[in-house]
Order: sequence, then structure tokens, then C-alpha cells
Amino acid sequence: MTTESTAPPTVRGDGRPPVLTIKDLHVYYGNIAAVKGISLEVYQGEIVTLIGANGAGKSTTMRTISGLIKPRKGEIMFEGTRVSGMRGDEVASMGIAQSPEGRRIFPRMTVLENLELGAFLRKDRTTIQADLDRVFDLFPRLKERVSQKGGTLSGGEQQMLAMGRALMAEPRLLLLDEPSMGLAPVLVEVVFEIIERVNSQGTTILLVEQNALAALKIADFAYVLETGHIGLEGPAADLADNEDVRNAYLGLA
Amino acid sequence: MATAEDSAPPLEEQDDERTIPVRQTTSAGYGATKWKLESIIGMIVLAAFSAWIVASFVKGPRAFIQVLVIGLSNGALYALIALGYTMVYGIIELINFAHGDLFMLGSVIGAISLEQWLGQKSSSPTAWVWLAVTLLFAMAACALINIVIEKLAYRRLRNAPKLAPLITAVGVSFILQNIGIKLNGSAPHSRFSVLPRGALHIGPIEVRIKYIVVVAITAPLLLLMTYIVQKTRTGKAMRATAQDRDASLLMGINVDRIISYVFGLGGALAGAAGVLYVQVNETTRYDAGFRLGLIAFTAAVLGGVGNLLGAVIGGVLIGVIQSLNDGAPLFLGQEWTQTVMFSILIVMVIFRPGGIFGKHQQEKV
Ligand SMILES: Nc1ncnc2c1ncn2[C@@H]1O[C@H](COP(=O)(O)OP(=O)(O)OP(=O)(O)O)[C@@H](O)[C@H]1O
Ligand SMILES: [Mg+2]
Repeated sequence: MTTESTAPPTVRGDGRPPVLTIKDLHVYYGNIAAVKGISLEVYQGEIVTLIGANGAGKSTTMRTISGLIKPRKGEIMFEGTRVSGMRGDEVASMGIAQSPEGRRIFPRMTVLENLELGAFLRKDRTTIQADLDRVFDLFPRLKERVSQKGGTLSGGEQQMLAMGRALMAEPRLLLLDEPSMGLAPVLVEVVFEIIERVNSQGTTILLVEQNALAALKIADFAYVLETGHIGLEGPAADLADNEDVRNAYLGLA
Repeated sequence: MATAEDSAPPLEEQDDERTIPVRQTTSAGYGATKWKLESIIGMIVLAAFSAWIVASFVKGPRAFIQVLVIGLSNGALYALIALGYTMVYGIIELINFAHGDLFMLGSVIGAISLEQWLGQKSSSPTAWVWLAVTLLFAMAACALINIVIEKLAYRRLRNAPKLAPLITAVGVSFILQNIGIKLNGSAPHSRFSVLPRGALHIGPIEVRIKYIVVVAITAPLLLLMTYIVQKTRTGKAMRATAQDRDASLLMGINVDRIISYVFGLGGALAGAAGVLYVQVNETTRYDAGFRLGLIAFTAAVLGGVGNLLGAVIGGVLIGVIQSLNDGAPLFLGQEWTQTVMFSILIVMVIFRPGGIFGKHQQEKV
């Protein structure tokens, strides 16, 4: 795959600085490099997608943004503040929420308790209740199962809960790591609709997806990750038309 | 959206074990018969034991009840210590071998503060006040010590292989025992109890007041613990951290602080147990933590390590079994008590590693 730019340079963010900036990020597991110098930007109001093959380093990047792993080198800035090096809970308090790979809901807590934990850092009961109603509106299935233990939900329901829980934090930046994983095709469509809806309500989104075609359809901008490097970047619509991307990730030669 | 809901397959009945597989069996049939056989044997053991207890009661009801009260009182102390084991295990999966020794330090600190600093050596109304002060002081001291131990010794090993913190805990246990020797001497040290020596007479039954006091102090402590864990924001964060540390960080929970808090709570309970132990037994010894720690650990295993309510029930059960065996008619007698207790530990570990309630309704921290 080539790294040539596929489109004329586009102006992102109407001249305002990006919300999230990653500069030359290197992340290691022990001595093994998983992310080898990636740089990317996310602007206010965008949906940015990060696609790439298994093991490319997408989840590692997400975990590093959230402060679950410390980068060996490089810098992550959120709204002008350096968040790389912060603890996970400090990053969360900056306004970054994540629906992590593998869902990671609290198995022995009820759906309601899981959602309440999403709002752990918030104090105002009335706005929390409003967001709870909003989540139930997005995922009626969760409302039916408020008092069921998270661990006994089906995989798809757990995925909805993980997303709902992240939304309960009222994040300014929402990180979604494979939100459509394990969902029936019809539900995948629903999840992508919901992502667009959440975005249109004002939340900036960084989306990791295996489902590259669907992700490119709703995203504004896309980065293609190849074993720890950014191989390709550009407006999502352009990448969706790119021959190499179509061959490698979309299975549409 | 509505269509998606409609067309999604209905959920079948789900068991509780989706995320906590306890026993993988090769086929459902085999698993079922195995469970059945196990529960039949369990039933028989339970029935035999109950019959034994009833027989003992019939043979000597007075002795039985008196011994039972002692057992409840001891059991309450075991429950306090067992909670410290189980909470720490629940949150960082460490069997904190030093916990019994922390209890010992609590007993020594409590005795020294009551006798030497506060000058209380006999029962009096003011002595009760000073006992309360001592109790709070020992609880605070042990909470602090436990928090410092976690910070210095266990925190940096949190992601190391399990054996590393385990060995470290054994090392901490030796350190605490040596501090115990410094403070208490290497021989048992007899202490004063400020609790009244008298007994209550209920018909023919005589119940020593000190045992009642222990239960009366322990019960509200246990209730307070339950309240903290179940109802407070910090309690919620503790349970979340026990279930998934990374996810808790994503929620904005300061996991380090929550773990400190758990060590603090466990330490405070061990401190309280230490003070009460001295008041009942009128002695302190630097190696008290070894035996009491093992018994409390057995209680924690009995209740299912990580299970809070289980630790309390396990503690009371162990206390009662111990004292029945010590003194009730038809039991084996004191010289067999250690054997009985550790046989229970071994049998539990082999046949019911999840505790008497199994792993089903386990609520870690
Ligand atoms: N905890 C870990 N220890 C060691 N290596 C790890 C660990 N987690 C991930 N890796 C390695 O880091 C690389 C990147 O993993 P990562 O999970 O970020 O990939 P990914 O792009 O999210 O893949 P996928 O699409 O399969 O989720 C992989 O080679 C993986 O094996
Ligand atoms: Mg991944």
C-alpha cells in the first residue's frame, strides 16, 4: 500500500484547532512495539474512524488515549491539555469516555448500576436522569432489562450497555472500539445510526471498526493503520473509493 | 429501531455463569449427575452434622448454649478478620498473609494504649470510655498501617505474576511479627480486661458479659461495613474495581485510592478485632496472628473468598464449630479442635473452592 494522499488537502475544523491531537505516538508491550509513531487529529464535531487489519494497533491507540497504557514516546493533547501520562481516571475527568473493545461491562452489577457508574464523575442528578432517559431512548432494550445483571446480558445487549455507559459520562470526546462487534447485521445498522445520532447531538467521535465500509460511510475523516503506522489518511469518502483500501479492507476488488 | 427490536432473536433463559464459568464439564449429562451426587453427599453430611448438634443439645442443653454463646463471640472476631482477607482478595486477588499479623498488632497497640497510655486496668464506667477511645485508635492505626503496607509493598507488584505479591505478603507477615516482638516481647504478655467479669443469668444458663459486649460491638461494625460497600459512592467504586479495574478507570474511578480505601477498611476491622480479642482473652502474644489469621482465612474460604457476607457467616460458623468442639457434649474435645478446623479448610478447598454458597451469588467487595 502506498502512502500518497488520495485527495487534495481539505480544511478540517473550520480553522479551529483540533480537539484531539496525537503526535508521534509509540506504545510498547514489554519490548514489543504495538504502535510505532502515529500522528492523528480529531476536530470538533467530527466522526473520525481508525481502520486497519487485526493487530494493527487500533485498540492499543484507544487504550493509550484513555490512559490505560503509558506511551513510551509521543504526545496526546486534548483540548490543549496534555493527557498522555495522566492516569485513566484523570483522562476520564477531562471529558473522554470509551466504550472499550470486549465491552468490559461490570458483570455482577445491574444494567442500571452499570449506567450509573458511567456517570460516576457527575454530580447533577437531574442531568444524569435526563441522560439516562436519552440512553434508554437510544437503546429501548436496555430499559427492559434495567435490573438484569450485566454479565447475563447477551453479547449484543452488552455492547449496547457499553455504549450507553460511555454516553452517561456526557463526554466531549467519545472513543468507540468496535461497537458493532458481535451484533446481528440488522443491529449493526442500528448501532451505526445511533453513532450518527449521538454525533449530530454534538459529541465528537473517534471510531475503530472492522466494519470498514460502514465506518467510512458515516465518518468525516479516516486513518488506515498498518502494523503500528498510519498507512493512509484522508476524507472518509475518498478512502472508500480508494483502490488499495477497497482491496485490503473492504473486500470489494 | 422498532424493526430491529422485533427481528432480534429472543433471549433464551440464561444462567448466571456466563461471565464466571465455574466448572467446565465435557457434557451436560455428566455435569448434571456430578452436581447431583455432590449435593446428595453434601446433604448427607449436613444432616449428620445437624443430628449430631441436636443430640449434643439434648444431652446437655445448658452447656451447649453456654458454649454456643462463646462460639458466637469468637465467630464475630473471626468475621472481622475474615472480612479483611476477603475484601483484599476481592479487589486485587491477593491472599494477604500479613493480615493475621495486622490483627496481632492491633491487639498489642490496643493493650498498650489502654493500659500504659490511658492507665486503665480494671472495670469502671470511665474505663468504658477509654475502651471506646482505644478501639477507635487501634482501628485508625491498623487502617493506616495496612494502607502503608499496600502502598510500599503490594502496589508496584499489582501487575506482576501472582506469586510475587504472595511471597511479599509472607515477608510483610514476618516484619509485622518482629514489630510485635519489639512491642510485646517474645513471650505471651498478660493484659487487663476492663470488661465486667460478671455473667448474666437467664434461667439456668449463664452468659459472660464480655461475650455479649463483643457481639454488641461487632454487629454494628459489620452493618456499617455493609452500608459502606452497598450504598455509598465509594462502595460502588470498590465493587466496580473488584470486577474490572480498567473499566473502572474508564469510568473515572481513582483505582489506586479505592484499593487504599479497601486496605484501610480491612485494617480497621482487624484493629477492632485485636482490641476485642485482648478484652476477652486478657493476653497478647506476637504470634497470635498466625493461628487467628489461619482460622479467619478458613472462615473466608468457607464463605467463598471474595464474598463479604460469606466471610461473616463463615466466621460465625467457624467460631461456633470451634467452641462446640471445645466444650459441648458429644464433641471431640479441645485437643481435636485444630484438626477439625483445618480439616474443614482442606475439605472446602478440595470440594467446594467457591465456598459453601458456591460461586453463584458472589459479591466481591
Ligand atoms: N497486553 C498485550 N501484551 C502483549 N502484546 C499485546 C497486548 N495487547 C496487544 N498486543 C499486541 O499489540 C498489537 C496491537 O494490538 P491491538 O489490540 O492494538 O490491535 P487491534 O488493531 O486493535 O486489532 P483487532 O482488530 O484484532 O482488535 C498486536 O500485535 C497484539 O498482539
Ligand atoms: Mg482491537
